[in-house]
Amino acid sequence: MARYITTKFLYTLLSLFILITATFFLMKAIPGDPFMSEKEVPAPIRARLEAQYGLDKPEIVQYVNYLGNILQGDLGISMKKLNQEVSHIIGQTFGVSLRLGLIAVVVSTIIGVALGLLAALYHRKMIDSVVMVLAVLGIAVPSFVLASLIQYLFGLKLHWFPITGLKDVLGYVLPVAALSAQPIAFIARLTRSSMLEVLHADYIKTAKAKGLKWPAILWKHVIRNGILPVVTYVGPMTANVITGSVVIERIFGIGGIGKVYVDSITNRDYTMIMGITLFYGIILMFARFVTDIVYVLVDPRIKLTSSKEG
Amino acid sequence: MANENKANKQPLPTLSAADFAPVDINQHESEVIKRESLTAWRDTWERLRSNKIAMGGLVVLVLIVIGAIIGPLIAQWVHGYNYKSNDLSATNQPPSSLHWFGTDDLGRDMFVRTWMGARISLIIGLAAALIDLLIGVIYGGIMGYFGGRVDTIMNKFSEILYAIPYLLVTILLLVVLKPSLGTIILALTITGWINMSWIVRGEIMKLKNREYVLASRSMGAGTGRLLFRHLLPNASGPIIVTLTLSVPNAIFAESFLSFLGLGVQAPISSLGSMVENALTGWMFFPWRMLFPALLISIIMLAFNLLGDGLRDALDPSLKNK
Amino acid sequence: MKKKSWMMLLTLILVIGTVLAGCGSAKETATTDSGTKTEEGTKDTGTATEPAATDADLAADQTLHLNLSAEPPTLDPAQAQDSQSNTALRFMYEGLATINAEGQPAPGAAEKWDISEDGLKYTFHMREGATWSNGDPVTANDFVYAWQRVLSPETTPAPVYAYQLYYIKGAEDFNTGKTKDFASVGIKAVDEKTLEVELTNPTPYFLGLTSFYTYYPVHKASVEADQAWAADPAKMVTNGPFTLSSWTAGSELQWTKNDKYWDAANIKLTNVTASVVNSGATETASYQGGEIDYAGAPTGEIPTDQIQPLSQQLPDEFKLTDIASTYYYEFNTKAEPFNNAKIRKAFAMSIDRKSLIENVTKAGQTPAFGFVPTSIAGLNGEKFRQTYPDSGYFKEDAAEAKKLLEEGMKEAGYTTLPPITLLYNTSENHQKLALAVADMWEKNLGVTIQTKNEEWSVFLESRKTGNYQIARAGWTADYDDPMTFIDMFKTGGGNNTAFFSNAEYDKLIDAAYKGGNDPEKRMQDLAAAEKILIQDEMAIMPVYYYTQASLTKPYLKGVTTDFSGAINFNHAYLENH
Repeated sequence: MARYITTKFLYTLLSLFILITATFFLMKAIPGDPFMSEKEVPAPIRARLEAQYGLDKPEIVQYVNYLGNILQGDLGISMKKLNQEVSHIIGQTFGVSLRLGLIAVVVSTIIGVALGLLAALYHRKMIDSVVMVLAVLGIAVPSFVLASLIQYLFGLKLHWFPITGLKDVLGYVLPVAALSAQPIAFIARLTRSSMLEVLHADYIKTAKAKGLKWPAILWKHVIRNGILPVVTYVGPMTANVITGSVVIERIFGIGGIGKVYVDSITNRDYTMIMGITLFYGIILMFARFVTDIVYVLVDPRIKLTSSKEG
Repeated sequence: MANENKANKQPLPTLSAADFAPVDINQHESEVIKRESLTAWRDTWERLRSNKIAMGGLVVLVLIVIGAIIGPLIAQWVHGYNYKSNDLSATNQPPSSLHWFGTDDLGRDMFVRTWMGARISLIIGLAAALIDLLIGVIYGGIMGYFGGRVDTIMNKFSEILYAIPYLLVTILLLVVLKPSLGTIILALTITGWINMSWIVRGEIMKLKNREYVLASRSMGAGTGRLLFRHLLPNASGPIIVTLTLSVPNAIFAESFLSFLGLGVQAPISSLGSMVENALTGWMFFPWRMLFPALLISIIMLAFNLLGDGLRDALDPSLKNK
Repeated sequence: MKKKSWMMLLTLILVIGTVLAGCGSAKETATTDSGTKTEEGTKDTGTATEPAATDADLAADQTLHLNLSAEPPTLDPAQAQDSQSNTALRFMYEGLATINAEGQPAPGAAEKWDISEDGLKYTFHMREGATWSNGDPVTANDFVYAWQRVLSPETTPAPVYAYQLYYIKGAEDFNTGKTKDFASVGIKAVDEKTLEVELTNPTPYFLGLTSFYTYYPVHKASVEADQAWAADPAKMVTNGPFTLSSWTAGSELQWTKNDKYWDAANIKLTNVTASVVNSGATETASYQGGEIDYAGAPTGEIPTDQIQPLSQQLPDEFKLTDIASTYYYEFNTKAEPFNNAKIRKAFAMSIDRKSLIENVTKAGQTPAFGFVPTSIAGLNGEKFRQTYPDSGYFKEDAAEAKKLLEEGMKEAGYTTLPPITLLYNTSENHQKLALAVADMWEKNLGVTIQTKNEEWSVFLESRKTGNYQIARAGWTADYDDPMTFIDMFKTGGGNNTAFFSNAEYDKLIDAAYKGGNDPEKRMQDLAAAEKILIQDEMAIMPVYYYTQASLTKPYLKGVTTDFSGAINFNHAYLENH
């Protein structure tokens, strides 16, 4: 296991390096720069700005300098949000997205798996139909439509929840609902389909024939085997959701990292783009790594192949 | 099962030899296969056809495709509207006999635009989903099947691609290539296939140590046969579920791009960009959001119902259940 | 099997139900809108004078709730360049002059000032008792330090708006590094209480400029103590009516009343809270739900689709204000086919601005036939546009336009026009207008127009490099004088992305630069230059003069906006509600 983790870790470092390199040159290739504005910046001032941020040097030098800074743990200063540390902005806004995202992940996993399991156990019965209708609806309504509708209905008209912000517990209800609808639907469908497959597998029949008690079968065999695709989905989904949904943040006026990320790209805030990309890369790769570990834990048949071969 | 056990314990009726009579056996006839021989696809189709819900989904989809093709023509023929010509004297009109779906903020007929939007959205959604499927299945299949170092490297590559800011890629694509439907589809598929490949990888990893795979392998089956005859068909459930979701995902992703100004170029619009445009004023002009949103929802619904049916029909493990 | 067919039916009903949920409630408002088109709101000239409230009417909680549609990128006056920073900084700082409710410069950090006969030398006398939020007195040296900091080539990052100080003698040379000695710049603290400023040319609007944020003073000790002082509320020492008390990145800014402010007795608000929500629809919902007291421009935005319905629903809260900005389409005068003046004129004459405003933009804007907007000051208390109306420059006339187009095509030797693309930056409003304008051109001129939108930075790059034929553009005044618009198209000017060049025009602008001591002649020169730009050459196609739409709660009083639309909440107060 230790060897497996070390190998994975080294691969992850290499990936991050490639990610940084690719993003850096991609970012430089698109038109525009952080100092563009509708009113022309006089040439001497622009030249000075470029020199101060090191943008007057050849790209390759800028790239090497940036790598050097990262190795020292310095993400630099935002070029648009003046005098603000990239790490500070990431810290403040990611905290918001993380809280919201984790709640949404937990809510959608619990509800999704429960619904999917119910549907599978009562396959082609009433409950199955109801769950599938809900699941299909969750997928069928675009999240920005759903978010606007519930904001109007429960926020503005009924005054049950705040319209914007995450100031208190109530503030979380609408954004979490809007964020979770699609994952719940997806997880429920995935669980149902996977559980159905497992329920019809020969080893379940064998287990039944052996006279195992149903709850034991359900827990030891059905859920453990049926949950794999859900694990595959929840890993990357977690990475996605905690890194902020621009649409949900925009509609509910939440100061999360998703908005900052899109803004940094439209503003060509180079240090910010690089900082958040690196940060996202780490989260994503960590999530994938955890997914792989969880895989092994829930399904003993999967071997940690790279520990044998790599 | 419990019932069967009980039945076995019932006392057997007493029988005598007189109760039995010889049956004429025609050696030739017993070899004849009564059931028509079916190919795998035919078999799937037969099973799909018996699934009324899935067929309902298919019929709805076909109707929408027909609508997307002839809808704009009908309105042009009846009223002479087209999707781009403005009528500033009739902006934001509610549905009427003149404008069946009302008009939008530039007085354009919503009926024409909704069906034109459906056309664009379907093209984008289907093309992106199919490309995702193709790349994702091949890539994911290879990762899952070979495992080990191949898997690690390919897996890392997909992770890197997934982590590269996709907006940067899209902006660059739109600057380098001409903004067109093809560019949008390309932008959507650059990272779109990755999710599919991960699902496939997970499934293959799970299935490849199963007994029937081992059996087939020990009988000398090659990689291709194992992948395409055994592993992928058995993984078709999650693949199809993912595929039916790739279509809505691509359609929504496109509307997110239009929201950032990177989607289809006006005056052409997709269903997603129409909903997006109507979003700020839907409480005042609900019809501008209602019809495109409804059509998106129905398309999604139909795809999902069809996908479920297909999954049931394709999955060999569910055969005859 | 039967069970399954009703399931599909049920699903369909639910889908329809969900989407229709919005329909029912909206019907009522929709009917009021369908038939008649009423004139929205009442136009306001921008100033508001209300009788002062007695203390009895005041609400117990004097906390103002606002929304900013973007987070201010900086709270360092030297670095600010945008309207959000402007709103935020106005709470915290006070320049030598401030703009009063009537839109005139009034004493701020300076109690009074003298202007020399030739209009070149300003002597400001600092206000007795004006202090920083830590109790230090505000002195002439603070202004010298702040302005030197804006101009110094050593300042990091280089202040982009340093050019706003170029009116001061020697400032440009010092800023661009041509002179190293700050003593050559016309800024001098005679003593703690007296500041002397010398200008290059007589500048009639200089007093107004001293209320602009680039001219705000900064507190030397705290600026020098920490490079990142302007990002941390604890390290900011300011001289305005409020101090920043907290700043949560991307979410919220809060200010509290500064008791050390010299006029604190007349400041009634105790706290100001600004959320950062960048969706107009969410902002208006938040306003209607009572979470914020003010919505719309300049701090936020009311979506175009909501302007008309909201103006009818909330007639007492809805307001349109003329602001000093012009919306226009810029011709690339070096690109085919717009290198021909007749073709440019044909395009400008063949759109119906009134119809565009009534049916597309819907915010009561004024159709523009010139470049200088209606709210810019002229002479003797008149607006520039009153003295020099834009009605004579050209007329909308589709038939005449068609004829001009044919003449222009003959001149340029076209049998058919080359393909034309109208470029705009991504935004729902620009898109709508572009589509409507293109449609008018197609119908009135029989041409084919492609519309193309580009992401903001790409769009700016395209315009600056001349990689376009005709593009959407907008210009907002930096100061209350026609010059801020008209000198834009000088040959080789940084903002001259129409690549327009006209010797006569350049001469008139140069004369106006130097002509501050003969205001009449100067205005005539500027008007003559505008006539060349529009009537003779049509380098740009004016569309409308902007308005800004806003919603103010009936209990929020004392909010003022200036000529440019910048808003001032410093003397606002909340009545019982």
